Amino acid sequence: MTDELRDVISAVLVLAGAVMCFAAGIGVIRFPDVLSRLHAATKPQIFGLMAITADVALNNFTVGTVTLVMAIVVFQALTAPVAAHMVGRAAYDTHHVRVDVLIIDELGTRPE
Amino acid sequence: MSTPKQRLVAIANQAPLFLGLVLLWMLLWGSFSWLNLLTGTLLATLVSVGFYLPAVELGLRLNPWYTVLYLIRLGFDIVRGSLQVAVLALSPRYTPSNAIVAVHLRTRSDFILTLTGVSTSIVPGAIVVDVDRVQSTLYLHVLNVAHPEQVERFRNGVLAEERRIVMALGSREDVERLHRVSGEDRSEKDQRARDQHANEKLKRGGTA
Amino acid sequence: MHIVAVIAGVLFGAGALCALYRIVRGPTVLDRVIASDVLVATVICAMGAEMAFNRHTDTLPVLLVLALFAVLGSLSVARFLPVRDTE
Repeated sequence: MTDELRDVISAVLVLAGAVMCFAAGIGVIRFPDVLSRLHAATKPQIFGLMAITADVALNNFTVGTVTLVMAIVVFQALTAPVAAHMVGRAAYDTHHVRVDVLIIDELGTRPE
Repeated sequence: MSTPKQRLVAIANQAPLFLGLVLLWMLLWGSFSWLNLLTGTLLATLVSVGFYLPAVELGLRLNPWYTVLYLIRLGFDIVRGSLQVAVLALSPRYTPSNAIVAVHLRTRSDFILTLTGVSTSIVPGAIVVDVDRVQSTLYLHVLNVAHPEQVERFRNGVLAEERRIVMALGSREDVERLHRVSGEDRSEKDQRARDQHANEKLKRGGTA
Repeated sequence: MHIVAVIAGVLFGAGALCALYRIVRGPTVLDRVIASDVLVATVICAMGAEMAFNRHTDTLPVLLVLALFAVLGSLSVARFLPVRDTE
């Protein structure tokens, strides 16, 4: 791989990660309630982290780096949904959900 | 006391998780050496004895081809989901319109249920708000849906996700159930099976 | 490459500021928890970007620890919040 090509790939990956982080920040401000903000907080993060760590692994392609990077991504991918679920349920149970932006609420109307 | 055969089955059930712990330890050190293998085995023994948890029924079936398909699709979906949420957050004309959708899964395995929940949380627009373990139902919060058709499409997406996971890792029983209830008259037959299953689980005292 | 570094830095900074704004403004504890999660993730990504630019891997263990323990904050708050609310 030539140096220029590697620089371009590296730049693209870093920029993708940066845009994802920026979008997460904007989403956390703009979305109307706790559950929507959770979406903004979890999803772009994972992609951002994947892009950035892939970049690190690409620049320093050794066994140790690649395995560590994989561990980081797997951990983030496993823990982020768990945390999101816990926060989401707490939000729903304490009625921090804006019902007016929901078109369907099958949890509120489920048969007991 | 358990018979030797039962004990053997229990050990075989635990083995993948144990090996996973050892592998994780080696990943954390970033090298595969004999010393790491030794300390990893010691620590894994310590952890699985010290922090004892009820065993998960893994089912011990792995279809490599479908697993690879599932992982590729998952990676693709992660990228797509992230981009969708990012575009939504940055788009100037954004009006909030969300939904909480109940998805009745066909699997009866806690492992598959968990896996489906986790993988739908990291792919396009959903967060698990609540889980009904007895009924195998996920309650998902979906971002940016405005029409009932979109809700249906999302529901089918989650069911397809479950299908991929079952084909990759599910037990033989689950695969059979998948084929049986994926016909047209799914709703009624499925409901009956689910009721029966719920009764069985309650009888066994399967509280969450 | 220099320009890319500046742009990425600005984007990271803006994202972190947005998260900070949400931490300060609230309105609920859960909002603050989510925003602090975003802040930690931004820090992780920024450190990763720095490593990529300077071509070293010294802070990779720090990333791992952050990725592992960032989840604990939101878990504990979510776990103990309803207890207080029902009292």
